Formats: sequence, C-alpha cells, structure tokens
Amino acid sequence: MNQVSFERVNNDILLIRFAGRWQLSGGLAPSGAVERELQAFPSLARVAFDARDLGDWDSSILTVLARVSGLCRQRQVALDADGLPAGIHRLLDLAEAVPERVGARIAVRKSPVLERIGTGAIGVADSVTAMLALLGDMTVTFVRLFGMKARYRASDLWLLIQQCGAQALPIVTLVTFLVGVILAFVGAVQLKQFGAQIYVADLVGIAMTREMGAMMTAIIMAGRTGAAFAAQLGTMKVTQEIDALATAGFSPMEFLVLPRVIALVLMMPLLCLYADLMGVAGGAAIGVGMLHLSWTTYLHQTADAITLTDVAGGVFKSAVYGVLVALAGCLRGLQSGNSSAAVGEAATSAVVTGIVAIILACGVFSVVFYVLGI
Amino acid sequence: MNGVAPVGNSAQAHITVRDLTMAYGSFVIMREMTFTINQGDVFIIMGGSGSGKSTLLRHLIGLNQPAGGQIFYGDQDFTRAEAVQREQILRDTGVLFQSGALWSPMTLAENIGLLLEEYTDLSPAEIGEVAALKLALVGLKGFEDYYPSQISGGMQKRAGLARAMALDPEILFFDEPSSGLDPISARLLDELILELRDNLGTTVVVVTHDLSSIFTIGTNSIFLDPDRKTIGAQGSPKELLAHSQDPQLRRFLTRGGTEHL
Repeated sequence: MNQVSFERVNNDILLIRFAGRWQLSGGLAPSGAVERELQAFPSLARVAFDARDLGDWDSSILTVLARVSGLCRQRQVALDADGLPAGIHRLLDLAEAVPERVGARIAVRKSPVLERIGTGAIGVADSVTAMLALLGDMTVTFVRLFGMKARYRASDLWLLIQQCGAQALPIVTLVTFLVGVILAFVGAVQLKQFGAQIYVADLVGIAMTREMGAMMTAIIMAGRTGAAFAAQLGTMKVTQEIDALATAGFSPMEFLVLPRVIALVLMMPLLCLYADLMGVAGGAAIGVGMLHLSWTTYLHQTADAITLTDVAGGVFKSAVYGVLVALAGCLRGLQSGNSSAAVGEAATSAVVTGIVAIILACGVFSVVFYVLGI
Repeated sequence: MNGVAPVGNSAQAHITVRDLTMAYGSFVIMREMTFTINQGDVFIIMGGSGSGKSTLLRHLIGLNQPAGGQIFYGDQDFTRAEAVQREQILRDTGVLFQSGALWSPMTLAENIGLLLEEYTDLSPAEIGEVAALKLALVGLKGFEDYYPSQISGGMQKRAGLARAMALDPEILFFDEPSSGLDPISARLLDELILELRDNLGTTVVVVTHDLSSIFTIGTNSIFLDPDRKTIGAQGSPKELLAHSQDPQLRRFLTRGGTEHL
C-alpha cells in the first residue's frame, strides 16, 4: 500500500517520505495532504524526498510528484529531486520538458440552458443560410449543365443511378407493400361496418398515388441514400479528396453533388411509380384475402378511383423530394468536420434534414394542390 | 500594398509571399511571414508539429484564405485573383497530400487520366499510356487498374505523386511526403524529388519535419517558430545548421541537441 509522510528538517526543509507499493490501482495519496503540509509551513524554502522504502511504482507516484512540483513552483520553493529514483527523476523531467503553451488551455464552462437554446436557434438559422447558399450554387451549376459546361464523370452517374435506383427496389418493395396492407386493413375495419368494403380500393389507390408512394419512397431514400451521400462526401473530406479535387480545378459541386442530384431526380419518380404499384398490390392482398373481393373487381375499382392527375402529382412530388434528399445529404457531407465522429454526425443530420425537408415540402404541396384544385 | 510584385530577384522568383498572416477565426497561427521561393528551389517549410506548416501549404494552394498579406505566383497576385485566373495559376501546380488523397472510386490510371482528359486533347489510348508512364516513374508499373483501397499506404502516396505530376506542373507541393513511409521508400522519394527538379526544372515545396529529408534535398527553407508565431529563420538548411544561433531552430535541427548530423 502506498504511504507518504512528512517531516520538517531545519525549519526550512520539508522532507517527503514515500514508502510501500505505489500502483494506480491502489489509488493516489489524498490530494489535500500535500497542500495542507505546504500551507502549514510558512518558512518553507526547499522540498526534498526520501524514497528509500519505496517499492514498485508507476504513474501514481508521478502524478503526486507533478502536483508537488506545481505547488512548489507556485510558492517559489526549491524542489530537490535527488532523493528520488533515477527513473522517476527522468520521467518528471520529461513531463516538464515542454512548457505549457500560453493560451493553449481552453476555458471549459457550462453554458446555461437559455444560452444553449439561443446558440441552437442561431445554428438553425445558419444551416438554413448554408442550405440556401448550396441551393444557389446548385442552380448555377445546373445552368452550366444545360450549357454543357458542367464537368462530371458519366461513369459516376451510372453507378449512382444503379445505387439509388435498382438497388433500392427490395426495401421499397417491402415497405410500400406493407404500407398498402396497413392502409387497407385500417380502412377495411371501418368500411366493413357500412358494408362498403369495396371502397378500400379507392382509399388505398388514392392515398398511395397522391401521397404515400412519394413520401414513403422519399423517406426510405433519405435514410438509405441521403445518409450514404453524407458519409461518402464526409469521408472524402477527411481523406482530403475534396481538397485534391479543388486544387485540380474540379468544383466539388459539379463533380460530386451534381451527379448525385441528377441520379436521385431521375430515379425517384420511377421508384415512386413502383411504390404506387406495390401499395395497390398490398391493398389488393387484403381486399382479396380478407374482404373476399375478386382481383378483377378490386383492380377495376382502383382504376376507376384514381386519375392520371393523382399519379402525376405524386410522381412530380417525388422528383422534388429527390432533390431535397440529395441536397441534404451532399450539404451535410460537405459541411462535415475532419474526424470519424464528424462523419457519423454528418450522416445522422443528413437523414434528419432530409426528412424534415420532405415533410415541410409535403405540407407546402398539400396547400398548393388544394388551392389549385388538383 | 497594391497588386505589384515585390522587387528583388524577381527574375527567378516563383512564389513570393508578403506579410502573410494566417488565422482560424480570431486565433492567429502565424503572422507577417515574408519569403520567396525561387525557380528550381527545393524549398522546405519546416517546424514542429502543430506549428502551422500544413496550414501555410493550404494557403499557398488557395484552400485557405489569408487573414492578411499577399501571395504572388510570378507577378500575379494569387490572393486577389479572380476564380478563373486562380484556376489558371493552379493549373501549373501539383499537390501531393499527406494521405495521398487519391479519389477512391477511381482506379490509379483513372485518377491520373482524369486530369489529362480535362486539360489535354489526348485520345483515351494516349491518356492510358501517359498514366502508365507516370505510374512507372513512381515505381508502380502494372498497378494501373488497382483501386486506392487495394494498395498499401506507401503505394498510395507514390500514386498520389504520380497524379500530382500528371500535367508536368512547374511547381510541386508535398505535404509531409515521408510520413508513413519506411526509411528506404522515404529515401527513394527524396531521390525522385531531386530527379524531378534536375530534369524537369520543377520547383518543389516540401512541408516536412523529417531531418534527413531536410538536409538531403533542401536548397532553401523557412522555419516556423510557434512561440514567436512567425518565421524563425530562413536559408539553406545546411547553412542554418552551421551558422544559426536561434535556440529553437538549433534544437529542431539537432533533435534537441542529442544528435550531431
């Protein structure tokens, strides 16, 4: 067990005696003891050590000695380290070889709740500004695209189209089929009470084509592709690949963001149509399986219920959601910091930003479509 | 302080930095740095870890904006140039980033080819040939179709150099070229740097704290002093070692006085 004792010599020297095994697992000497001893010795001029009975030691004794040395410096008391084993001596020297850089210590303080709320709110404003700036930048880039001046690799685009098109089909199938089933099920329970089961087809068909197809696809893509974009661009930032692009004269906006936006804008409407179909299939499964309608009746009823405008409206929305998801992912990726934690945060906030943007846009669309009477 | 390049040995001056101050927000890293990089120099930017060497490099290639002062390429004011003009200036530079920074979705040949595709009129077959040649120059013959993740860190670094040399730039920037390389590869890289300088007349700017590189290849250098937050000394590394009395620099060049080179 670690032991420390103090002895005053000649009225101006404090002899600190270390004995026993000093191991981190055994804890440090109580922190107040040294301070108290130094404080209670006003005529102190020198601190010396006696370590003859010291057994095994590790950083625990170094920590205590560093504390003593700091206190000595504060009180301008000489420190005589001769009584310490040579190893301890050298390690202490090493710890003090590089003086603390002036101003290097950062003041850590707890900010009050109100301040944090305020900072958060300012942060939101900043991120809206950043999103708008990116949107502006993107528009300029698109103008260049139509002037055939934008530079990106066609092979990148094809790869992205594959990634956010064909490879998304399984998850889109699963989710939207089940959404169709759920809608039909909720509707069936209610409509059955009036003997109006057949209108389940209308309910599912209209809900899927007008809203749910586009929205569910968008949310899936925000979680799947938006996060992937953010992680990819964030990592490229960490590995300096984006710097390398910039110094080679390629704008990251054209080279990285543009193909991602194009890929999603092209694929989202197709995925949305597919999602509509899957939703209707899910509804039909309930209609046929639970409500004992025939396939033909169900599909006829659906075809009568939905109009081309419903479908086109949904598809149009999905293209807009595609832009939002791609921009949210790329924005968060490009804003990412230079560490693995920052890339993780970028991916998380890409999904959050993407979903918030989708829901907001959905609200705006509802009002606009209502006003236009679509 | 207008857009006129400073006088002096401007006939050979490749990059002239005047009163450059670097800061992150209000935190000043280095202030009022003035130095000249001449044509054909192997110019070393040296200093301890965290002294702002890499940040200075980022300023020189336009990735960071100076908080004050100017950078001239030849007699063109790089700091105030329009985007198009800056791009033009950067066309004559190549950068080897610390980690290589190869574009990960592309093969090595595509990494090099991308630049040739963009800035030359070569046919795809010719681009392939040039890319293979550049890879051969850095000892990576036959690795054209590898992706960056499939090769070792040292090879990535060399491939990064091949990409930096793709357009035969007049100035090559190296950010810590020997970090992460074994001593033999590091020496080969040093020799390659000298070959480039001697045979192509390339001006080379190297950020490093590797003493053996500094003394082997450096013809001119600046030492960033983190305490004074500015340039501590400038001159040829060998002369600095022989004559400088600056204690910080002496400690740096002699590994704290333990080694006499």
